[in-house]
Parts: sequence; C-alpha cells; structure tokens
Amino acid sequence: MAEFGHFSLTLAGVMAFVTAILGYVRSDDEHWAAHIGSLVLGTFVFASISFVALVWSFLQDDFSVAYVANHSNSLLPWYYKISATWGGHEGSFVLWILFLCAWTLLVVLRRHNYPVQIYTRVIATLALLNVGFICFCLFTSDPFERLIPMTPADGADLNPLLQDFGLIVHPPMLYAGYVGLAVPFAFAIAALLENRVDALWARWVRPWTNGCWACLTVGITLGSWWAYYELGWGGWWFWDPSENASFMPWLAATALLHSVAVTEKRGAFKSWTLLLAISGFSLSLLGGFIIRSGVLTSVHAFAVDPERGLYILIFLGIVVGSSLLLYAQRAGAYSSQVSYRFLSREFFMLINNAVLMLSLAVVMWGTLSPMGYEALTDGKISLGPPFFNRFFVPLMLVLGVAITLVPVLNWKRTRGDRVLSFLKREGVIALVVSALIAFVVRPDVITVVIGILVAVWIMVTHVLDLFGRLRKNSRQPLSYVGMTIAHFGFACSILGVAITSSQSVEKDVRMVPQEEAMLAGMSVHFNGVTQVRGPNYVAQQGLFVVRDGDSTFELRPEKRRYLAGGAIMTEAGINPGLLADTYIALGEPLEDGAWAVRMHHKPMVRWVWLGALLMAFGGILAIFDVRYRRLRARANSTSSDAPLSGRLVRE
Amino acid sequence: MSFYIPLGVFALIVVVFLLGFGLGNRTELPSALIDKPFPAFAAPDLFQPDQILGRAQIVGRPALVNVWATWCPTCAAEHEMLIKITERADVRLIGINYKDDPTKAIAWLGQFGNPYDLVLVDDQGLLGVELGVYGAPETFLVDPNGSIVYKRVGEVNERIWQQEIKPRLIAMSPDVVHGLDAASR
Amino acid sequence: MWYMALMLRLASFTTILWLIAYGLGVGVNTPIVFAASQVDVFTFNNAEEEARYRRLIAEIRCPKCMNTNIAGSDATSAQTLRVAVHRLIVQEGKSDQEVLAFMQDRYGDFVLYDPPLSGKTWIIWLLPISVGLVIVGFILRLLRQSKDVARPDLDLTGLDPATQARLKDIIQDQ
Repeated sequence: MAEFGHFSLTLAGVMAFVTAILGYVRSDDEHWAAHIGSLVLGTFVFASISFVALVWSFLQDDFSVAYVANHSNSLLPWYYKISATWGGHEGSFVLWILFLCAWTLLVVLRRHNYPVQIYTRVIATLALLNVGFICFCLFTSDPFERLIPMTPADGADLNPLLQDFGLIVHPPMLYAGYVGLAVPFAFAIAALLENRVDALWARWVRPWTNGCWACLTVGITLGSWWAYYELGWGGWWFWDPSENASFMPWLAATALLHSVAVTEKRGAFKSWTLLLAISGFSLSLLGGFIIRSGVLTSVHAFAVDPERGLYILIFLGIVVGSSLLLYAQRAGAYSSQVSYRFLSREFFMLINNAVLMLSLAVVMWGTLSPMGYEALTDGKISLGPPFFNRFFVPLMLVLGVAITLVPVLNWKRTRGDRVLSFLKREGVIALVVSALIAFVVRPDVITVVIGILVAVWIMVTHVLDLFGRLRKNSRQPLSYVGMTIAHFGFACSILGVAITSSQSVEKDVRMVPQEEAMLAGMSVHFNGVTQVRGPNYVAQQGLFVVRDGDSTFELRPEKRRYLAGGAIMTEAGINPGLLADTYIALGEPLEDGAWAVRMHHKPMVRWVWLGALLMAFGGILAIFDVRYRRLRARANSTSSDAPLSGRLVRE
Repeated sequence: MSFYIPLGVFALIVVVFLLGFGLGNRTELPSALIDKPFPAFAAPDLFQPDQILGRAQIVGRPALVNVWATWCPTCAAEHEMLIKITERADVRLIGINYKDDPTKAIAWLGQFGNPYDLVLVDDQGLLGVELGVYGAPETFLVDPNGSIVYKRVGEVNERIWQQEIKPRLIAMSPDVVHGLDAASR
Repeated sequence: MWYMALMLRLASFTTILWLIAYGLGVGVNTPIVFAASQVDVFTFNNAEEEARYRRLIAEIRCPKCMNTNIAGSDATSAQTLRVAVHRLIVQEGKSDQEVLAFMQDRYGDFVLYDPPLSGKTWIIWLLPISVGLVIVGFILRLLRQSKDVARPDLDLTGLDPATQARLKDIIQDQ
C-alpha cells in the first residue's frame, strides 16, 4: 500500500509538471486550457490516493512504514490514527500538497470567470509550486519509506500532546490557509506576466484572498485555543517563532484583503497589492522554513534535519526571488497618481496597511533578530512577549481607532460635518457603555481602559450602521455585511484580550481532599483523586466541585500516564463560559495525601477566539457577494479587451 | 528603483538564515561568569554535613569545579575522565552534588570511585543558581585568584581536556600538568 | 507549524531531542517531566508580592528550554529559578530591577525576555522604531502631495453663490 501511495505521489508530481509546462507554453490556447483542467483533476486524484494510502497504513497499523512506526501505536484510538497522518513532518507535507491540489482544482472549477491567458498562467504557477513541494516530499521527507526487514512490533506512539481534538482540526485549517495564499500569489504572477492589473483583476483575486485568509484565521485561532486548554498554563499566545510563523502571513493577508479592495474600487494601490499578494505566500513559505529547518529556537519539537531546511531555503530563494525580480521589473508600470484626502475610505485603508506592515516588521524583527544577533556577536539575547506587546498593543489600538470611523467614510471624500456628528452620537454611546464596563471590571492599566473603549466604540458604530442600513433596505450587499461582522469580531477580540490579560486570577495552592479554596469569589471544593483508565493511558483524576453563587459545576482535571511511552500529561479541567473560564490543573502529589493545584479564573478569554471566528465568518460571507458571481459574463465578453477599470470604479 | 526594495529585504532575510544555519550548536549558553570571581557561598561537605565550606576552599590553587548528580547519566559517562584528570594534573577537583540525595551520592561515589578533593552539597540548587548552572554536568575552571576562566556545559571528555582545559591550566602555572601529559600536547 | 505553542511544556524533552538530532556528543541532563504542569506552592506576605513574582517569572526565560519562560516550564532548572525569584522577593525584599539584574549577572542577557536598552541591545529597538518613522513619513508626504495634486479648477464665476456652493459640493462628493 505504501509503495502505491509513493507511486501515486510521483505520478501527481509528473502531472503537475506537465500542467506547468502546458500552462506557460500554451497560455493563449482555449483548446489546451480544457486539457489543463483534466490534468489538474488528475493531479488532485493521485495526490488524494497517496494521502489515503498513508491514512490506510495508519489504520492498518503497518509499522513497517517508518513514518507510521514513529507516529502511531496499536493502542491509539482510530480517530487519532487518522489525524496522526499529519502529526509529523512527512505526513503533514502530504496534506499540504493535497490542499494545494484542492485549491488549484477550485480555480479550475471557476475557470469561466477568467480570460484564458490569466487562467492558464495561474494554473501553471500553482502547478509549478506543486512540483517543488512534491519533489521536496519525495526526495527529502518520504513518508512511505519502509523499515524492512527491521519492522518493529509496535509503533513508538503519537506524542501524547497531539492526541487531542486539536490535532484533528487545527493543522488542516492552518494548511488550507497557508497553501491558499498561493492562489492570490499565482494571480499576481499571472497579472505581472500578462501586464494586466486592473479593477477586474482585483475582483478576481478578492474571493480567493477572503477564502484563504478565513482558513488561516480559523487555523491560528484553533491553535491558540488548543494551546490554552492542552498546556495547562492558561496562556493562549506566547510569540513563539512557530506562532509568529503563522502570524506573519496572516498580517500580510489581512493587509492584502484591504489593499485589493482599494484596487478594485479606486484603481489605486496596484503595485502595493501585487507586492502583498506575493509576500503573503512568501511568508507562508518562510514560516514553513522556520519551523521545519529548526534554524530558530522554538518550543516546536520537530525532528530537525538541516538537509530539509536547505532544500526549503533554496526553494524559497528561487520562488520568492524570481517573483520579486519579476515584480521589480514590471510593477513600475502600475504606480498610480491618486490624491488622498484624510477623511476618505482609501486613506484609512492606507492607515490599516501601514499599521499591519509595521506589525509585520515588528514580528519579523522580533523573530529573526535574536538569530542575527547571535550570528554577529558571541552573545545571545531573547525577545519575548514584553518586546512584542510593547509595540503590538499601541499598534492594534491605532488600528482599532481607525476602524471606528469605517461606517461613516466614503470613498474619495467624506464631509467633515458628517464625521463630526457621527463622532458625537456614536462616541457618546460608546463612552457611556465602556464607562459602565470599566466600572464593573475596574482595570488598573490605562491601555486596558483604552482597549475597552475602542472595542465598544467599534461595536457601537458598526452595529448601529448595519441596522440603520438594513432598516432602509433589507438587501444589503453581502460584502458589506461581511465587513461589518469582521470588524465587530476584531472588536470582540480586543475586548477579550484587554479584559482577560488584566483581570485573570491565578492561584497555586496545596489542597488535601475535602478542603475548600476560594478563587475569584467562588468556592472550590476538592473531593479527592481517583484512578481512571482511558483507551491508551491510566490517569489520576481529581474531582473539584465549584460553587459560584447558586450554580455549581464539577471539574475533573487529570494527570495521565500514557502506556506506550510512559509519558506523563496533564489534562486541565475547564468550565468554559462566555463571561469567564474556570480552569483547574492538577500538579504533583504532596505529602499527607495533599495535591498541588493550579487554578485560573479567566474572564472573557473566549472572546479572543470568538472574535477571530467572527472575522473569518465575515470574510467567508463576503465571498458570496453577487458581484463576484457576475464575473463570468464579463470575462467572456471582454477577455481580450483593454482594462475596464474606468467603468468598474464607478459602480 | 524603489521596486527593488522588496527583493533587497528578501535577500537580507535569506542571508540572516544562512548565518543562522552556520551557528550549529544552539543549546549552549555563553556563560555570564567568565572572568568573574567565583561567587561566595556556604555549603555543607557531603561526607561531613556539619562542616560548612566556603569560597576559601577554592582559591589559592587552580581548581576544577564539577557540578554533578546521580540522576544525570552524562555525569556517569564523564566520571572516568575526571579520574584521569586528577591523575594527570595537580589540580583540585571540587564536586558540587547538585539537587541530589546525599546518601545516594555517597553510595554512587563508593561504587564508581571518588576523584574529588571535596564534595559540596547543593540539594536546593542555590549554589547552582549563583553559578548560572542550568543542567548537569557543568564544569568550571577556576584560577588561583578565584576567577572563573572557563566553563564547560556537558561532558568533559578527552578532547575538552586537551583543547580547552589543559592549555588554560598550563597558562596558569606551567608545572601543574604532570610531565608526560604536558609534553603530549 | 501545527504544534503551535504546544511544546511549551516539553522543555527538557525537546532539548534532548535537539541534542540527539545534532549528534553533539554532549549530553546535558535533567529529569524528564512530560508536559506535567508543575505547581509550586509558595506563600507570600501580600498580594503585591505575588503579583510581582508572577510578572517576573513570566519575563525570565528558562535557560534550559527551547523557548519558554520559567513560569511555564517544568525543567528542574526553571523550578530552581522560580524558587530563587521567590526567595529574592519574599525573603530578601529585592526590587524587580534587582531580581532581573541578579538573573542577568548569572545567566547572561539570554534569560531576559525584555532586554533592557543597553549599549549592546540598542539596535534591537532601533529597527521597529525607524520603520515606524519611515511609514509615518511616507503617509504624511502622501497627504501633502495629494493636496498639491490640482483639483479641476472650475470657473464658477457668473453663477449665483448658492449654485456655486452646491456644484462644489457635488464635485467634491463624487
């Protein structure tokens, strides 16, 4: 079966290669364009077969396959056997390839929206990337390698940290986002090759940008949530290089999302949009390099292989270097002379992009400069959360303030008196509401107060605006509704971060059974510890009864010992709530039957993720705006025409 | 021209990565204590717990201070090398028994041999903190004035002895290393 | 990439993996504790001391681990350092600065997640700030240029003031 998977992957690579050649060489030919579609389908099918073969090897406990032997165990429940497929470097790369094939196939399904030259070049670029990935997989990290004749009797087991729902959902979403960034990238390359960047091009790119951005947002959110409940320290973000690796492409994609809107509506920011489309995917490759090469000291435990790192670095150099060279030579044609006024939507988009780029620069600098410092001096330094937060908190607050005005801003120009009256009305409501919140939570840091104010202000302006519009006309464009929801989600996240970072309570206590402790006004009763047995572990399970006013709930944190490797894992007991989480982790047993117990009370921590999910939902909603569906007729009638920007801008 | 800026930035990032690749061993921290005086301390002797030893025990002659524990397999691996060093050179070898159980430590030394002139007990790891210790084994070379000259994180083996420790010892006082071994450098 | 911060608790284990991967021939050992959240039961004289303790252990990097503060690590060295921070605050009454300096003197710049602005580290702060200044400068220049871009000069003379005002409004709103 493994050989079959290996063969399918090779075949997929060959098909992708043929697709790329055809796409570039025969780019104007309608006839060949149809064949390209079948080739892409073929690549997808063979990549799927290869992936299924790997999953099958896991389900069959085929420990003669080295990758299976290293990442699975016969005791593992079946759902973790499936997700163990992407639990290590090699298998996760097969998933990555599969997603690239899927995104390419989606472009093929929408081919009638695009003129043939653009379509073939987009597909060719995606296929060429795929060839690179498949070669990487086959030559440096083959998941189908056999351990014959030294077949182990049982597998080494999947890292217990990964035996979790988080592994099932988080990597696929994150990968869909990472790889999806290749689509706007391919559109940018096609546009540069064809010398065609106009409003219509921007309209082609927008749904793809939204789609992959939403996947990336959900992926990062799931990762943060997973870390929160699995690690037992109550944190949800640590600015680790592995987190930054996913955050950098997200920042670029978010900037792209806004910049491409300006390109569509006003024909401005063209060269900038192209650069963002290229850098989004470049950063996701860079992230892959950071994680898989082990060049940065991260908490991420990968079996590190310098050879792989070197391959990715060379691949990165070729792909990004050539794209940026193409950009440098061609983008000059798109510098636009647009006048900006302070009170206009495009100017606020500019602010948005400036803030996001600065954030990106800070994250990249904070991630890479310790390495540069170590290489250039003999010392070592660390840049951690305090460094990042010092820049990030004010930047996000500036961004938030800019967002509050979005509903009142028009393209080109907004009358000052409208803005003023808007500021007065909505501002007063926001002030009153946030003063109430501040009165309840009593924050002692000024940035938290500002954060609450900004978040509430965004919520008030966006909600009132949306309801006002819906009252006038219940059929609002979905892209507008989507934007409003996404901005509302951003406000939720700010509120969540502000409150949970300042109001959380953490307590480490020694407790004997039947003892009571107080946590943030709740009484926590420790009933004792019992032995329980799971499918592949035995656990000491504590029982805590928490009484909060009239309501009572039970928490059962565990200390597990996994049978295959003997690893000890802590499983926190969490009572999730929209207003606050109660979180209890079992520490070490102490003398006299007592236990060390860590308790957290984390108000509104869920809002951080909830807000991010709302952002993603808004992005998805905007994809279904009717105006992207009207593209088909346009592409057919004007595929060989000059750019249409003039007409579209006035829509 | 300005459109070449992104390419330049990217080239810079690639250069940083190439530099990063060249770094090799990334786990070892540069010690902050090199050329600084060995810290003052008060720790009991492993074999006579009521006797409290201090910094005076270390100064005066070249000393190797070795942080070890029975829970540390690498310490067992380097033990033989430590015995050889005491045979080859006239250097005081002082052990710090780090976060360990003294009875186990005594039994361990009984089993493998005791090359140490003195063994200090640091069951809480407090002396370890003073020395910037973050694991075991770690070995410090201290000159007669009581300054830390060199620190080794990890196993002391033949290569470390020949290349790092011996030359520094000879620089302190040429006759410290015994004849044959001194010639073999 | 996908483990995200999941390895935060794997500090000592990852170090071992790392050493094996690089075949260094060096072993630095600590007892391996696997993702077991270690809980210290400390007592404090007052809430302010406890808050300072928590802030400081979050700012000090575990020297043994890949990338974790001593608050979030189970490595023995991290635990030792937590004890040391607790002792410095509660028994010796040291200030935050003194605690950080204590750690820096013994373990080097590496252990501080928030490197102080000093002779060696100024460059770390320079770049983000200068990038920020460049971006702000760029935006300001764009705004100033935009003012210079000539707006269509309209010859509205001869119309009555009310119509002039309305026309200007319409043009500008477009």
